[in-house]
Amino acid sequence: MLGKLTWSAIPFDQPIPLVAGGVVIVALLAVLIWVVVKGHLPYLWREWITSVDHKRIGVMYVLLASVMFLRGGSDAILMRIQQAIAYQSQGYLPPEHYNQIFSAHGTIMIFFVAMPFVIGLMNLVVPLQLGVRDVAFPTLNSVGFWLTATGALLVNLSLVIGEFARTGWLAFPPLSGLVYSPGVGVDYYAWSLQISGVGTLVAGINLVTTVLKLRTRGMNYLRMPMFCWTTLASSLLMVAAFPILTATLAMLLLDRYLGFHFFTNEAGGNVMIFMNLIWAWGHPEVYILVLPAFGIFSEVVSTFSGKPLFGYRSMVLATMAICVISFMVWLHHFFTMGAGPDVNAIFGIASMIIAIPTGVKIYNWLFTMYGGRIRFTTPMLWSVGFMVTFIIGGLTGVLVAVPPADFILHNSMFLVAHFHNVIIGGVLFGAFAGFTYWFPKAFGFRLDERWGKAAFWCTFIGFYVTFIPLYAAGMLGMTRRMQHYDVAVWRPWMIVAVIGMAILTMAVVCQVVQLVVSIRNRESLRDRTGDPWDGRSLEWATSSPPPVFNFAISPDVRGEDAYWEMKAKARQQQFAHAQPEYQDIEMPRNSPTGFVCAFFASIMGFALIWHIWWMVILGLIGAWATFVVFAWRDHDEYVIPAADVARIDRANIEERRNLVSLAGSV
Amino acid sequence: MNLLDPQGPVAAANSTILVDSVAIMLAIVVPTIVAILGFAFWFREGNPRARYQPDFVYSGRVELVVWSIPALTVILLGGVAWIGSHQLDPAAPVPGTGSPVRIQAVSLDWKWLFIYPDQRIATVNTLTVPAGAELNFQLTSSSVMNVFFIPQLGSMIYTMNGMVTRLNLRADNEGKLQGLSAHFSGDGFPDMMFDVNVISQLAFPDWVAATAKSDAVLNEESYKKLMQQGIEAGRPVYRLDDPRLFDLIATQHIPPGPGPQVASDAPHSGGQHAR
Ligand code: HEM
Ligand SMILES: [Cu+2]
Ligand SMILES: [Cu+2]
Repeated sequence: MLGKLTWSAIPFDQPIPLVAGGVVIVALLAVLIWVVVKGHLPYLWREWITSVDHKRIGVMYVLLASVMFLRGGSDAILMRIQQAIAYQSQGYLPPEHYNQIFSAHGTIMIFFVAMPFVIGLMNLVVPLQLGVRDVAFPTLNSVGFWLTATGALLVNLSLVIGEFARTGWLAFPPLSGLVYSPGVGVDYYAWSLQISGVGTLVAGINLVTTVLKLRTRGMNYLRMPMFCWTTLASSLLMVAAFPILTATLAMLLLDRYLGFHFFTNEAGGNVMIFMNLIWAWGHPEVYILVLPAFGIFSEVVSTFSGKPLFGYRSMVLATMAICVISFMVWLHHFFTMGAGPDVNAIFGIASMIIAIPTGVKIYNWLFTMYGGRIRFTTPMLWSVGFMVTFIIGGLTGVLVAVPPADFILHNSMFLVAHFHNVIIGGVLFGAFAGFTYWFPKAFGFRLDERWGKAAFWCTFIGFYVTFIPLYAAGMLGMTRRMQHYDVAVWRPWMIVAVIGMAILTMAVVCQVVQLVVSIRNRESLRDRTGDPWDGRSLEWATSSPPPVFNFAISPDVRGEDAYWEMKAKARQQQFAHAQPEYQDIEMPRNSPTGFVCAFFASIMGFALIWHIWWMVILGLIGAWATFVVFAWRDHDEYVIPAADVARIDRANIEERRNLVSLAGSV
Repeated sequence: MNLLDPQGPVAAANSTILVDSVAIMLAIVVPTIVAILGFAFWFREGNPRARYQPDFVYSGRVELVVWSIPALTVILLGGVAWIGSHQLDPAAPVPGTGSPVRIQAVSLDWKWLFIYPDQRIATVNTLTVPAGAELNFQLTSSSVMNVFFIPQLGSMIYTMNGMVTRLNLRADNEGKLQGLSAHFSGDGFPDMMFDVNVISQLAFPDWVAATAKSDAVLNEESYKKLMQQGIEAGRPVYRLDDPRLFDLIATQHIPPGPGPQVASDAPHSGGQHAR
């Protein structure tokens, strides 16, 4: 009846996950009860859960990422403490726990922190920058988000029911095969990624279509803000790469569920095919994450330097070059498999070639600052911190692309330090920069600068104190994923790293306090004009937060830095232009499709993990029926009358006029 | 285990390339970081002496320089990578003094088995080798993937079931080193560290002779016991019964290791506890 699920699946004998899980469940219940009792449920349902507004969905993505960041960060703390004390001892985490923790940490950080964070920001900002009313497929967008949330839910469920994978964030067979991992951990891993992978794929399709098809009048490709270009490149990679992941995991699942032999030791299975396939997805994946971050830095550096982006066309070229080359380097992840000197050398050189466009980007940001008038707000601090940190990560990255150097650095702590160097210094700094930069756009008030800067400095310093020691430990031969060790020279570095972790924890506290303080002081931080930073692109041309329809009148773009030019023109003409003619606007209706679909997908995923076949069928039918109902809908849009549009827009125009004339008079 | 304190020619060449590559890159990375901090500081809003040039958005000359600096660095490093990959290919010969020693390494769950087919002996978790001689490794795995790595001798290599990888090394100085597995392989993974004893070429035959006197015999049967999941705290040595044992493992005539043996359907007790 319940497949493999029995009471023994609940780890009563293991206090840490049980207590952690219990606390989370109690907290969730408390929030839920509060929502219901206070009567917020209808509001949440109407305005958020069923919303197909790209801004709302973007915010929900970022919220999911932030919550998951707390989970992934807790895992990091657990690991750092373990490695600090597990010298000549077992520490406090037995191997079966430690191994789950690094696997969960990696999986969560990549798939449920970094991915939703950048997808959320792209969702929020790209339609605004393109001057359009929504993404190409609004309901699909909501489906994508909720499927991602399903994946995150399943991963966290493994904390209290069963176990998570103990095979690392890429679950290499044969270790992840049924023979060596008979438990449900790998199934939790694989099904969460299969379900959220569908979500990522539709998000990619949606964003590609939006950028290619939905630009406002005059917004040709070479007038698009840099962030739109990097979004295009990143989503193209999502569309091209995620099916590889899905297929690879599907083969692994066939091995595990139906006795296939793609990757088993027996019957002609070949583990090296898994290696190749997973990295054929895995390397593009890192660029899926970092390209949007590059876009964010381009926007931020240009805005706060008060200059257009230097070498815009060069930047476009560099972005697209990275997009293409990133598919041709996957083998650098296993130089040490003995592929032979020609293969190794060619893939090593190909990997270095990616460093060229990346270097170009750094120099272009550098020259954007040159001759600028730089305002050091929090987003700008993240950007300068990024440039410095990312170069160091790039250096160590090119180093491990030199095969003979990788022969002694592969899988070491040095490698762990390298990828955190680029992932924290690149993706995470970018996400935080974007978060503080666009927060006023999403919510109508700025974030507190003092706490924001404190968060930056703690992260910046904490990062170096945590990860420089890991570089050192790697140079001392320390390999990754060590639950304990007996080598004395590694110990001091692990202790320094734990101090760094404490500083990083303070950084997270600063971020939380920043949010609380800003919400409390929101009236004084209010952004009335919609243009708090003296911005250059179209998202600043509408109010903060923007109305559902984003723009009352579709903007007409005449060049790069569209909004900057509009402001300059308005100043010249002393606002002599006529009153705009407002028209009715059609907007997509809310739809519970995404939520309901994900609800059934969660049931199906859970049932698949535990082999509860009747429940699998139930979930499948439910999800499918949801789609059918959606496909048969009659009305999918509603109309906002011109009068309402006019009323909403006039208020904003008034505020904005004051701003522009004030700015013009100084 | 310091990578910068190599004890053999392969490790020495690896670390030289490592240091040289870092030096080449630092030559452009340091000035770039200085420029970033310098520009950011000089062009701050409050600096009256900085000239605001909002129209400085394109310059062909700057673009040229900006593309050439990374390109030139990569050409230089690409050369290093090409030559290095060929000279330091794990399978490339590493000539030494005296006759080469053949060693067949098998990664088991969770220990290392070293078979000396010519000497008809085998050891677990200790590798004893003569200084100065070429060491020809053939490697495979009894079950999951592992990576064979002795940091101070250089170049690591994967071990995979049903496949044989090759690696040639040389240890130049007598002494004790440590090796490990550099690819996660399950609960007992951290205990896959092994001792490396580098002894003189004169002492090596004595060690072989002493080891060959061992009561324990390694044959298919005792190997199958050894490959059960578990940690080996001691350092057992064996007389080798059949010098073709490695081939039998690598060709799967001896089936792969069995995985966890706990007959329990409790889902979170999938693995035999390491301790
Ligand atoms: C916030 C500070 C962070 C700390 C202190 C930290 C720490 C760690 C540690 C200790 C490990 C395991 C090392 C080992 O035992 O081999 C690890 C692995 C990993 N981390 Fe982080 N991490 C942090 C943030 C991140 C972020 C933001 C990401 C990605 C967005 C990330 C992605 C990964 C991945 C993919 C792994 C590999 C997991 C595996 O071995 O399978 N980490 N991290
Ligand atoms: Cu890669
Ligand atoms: Cu192989």
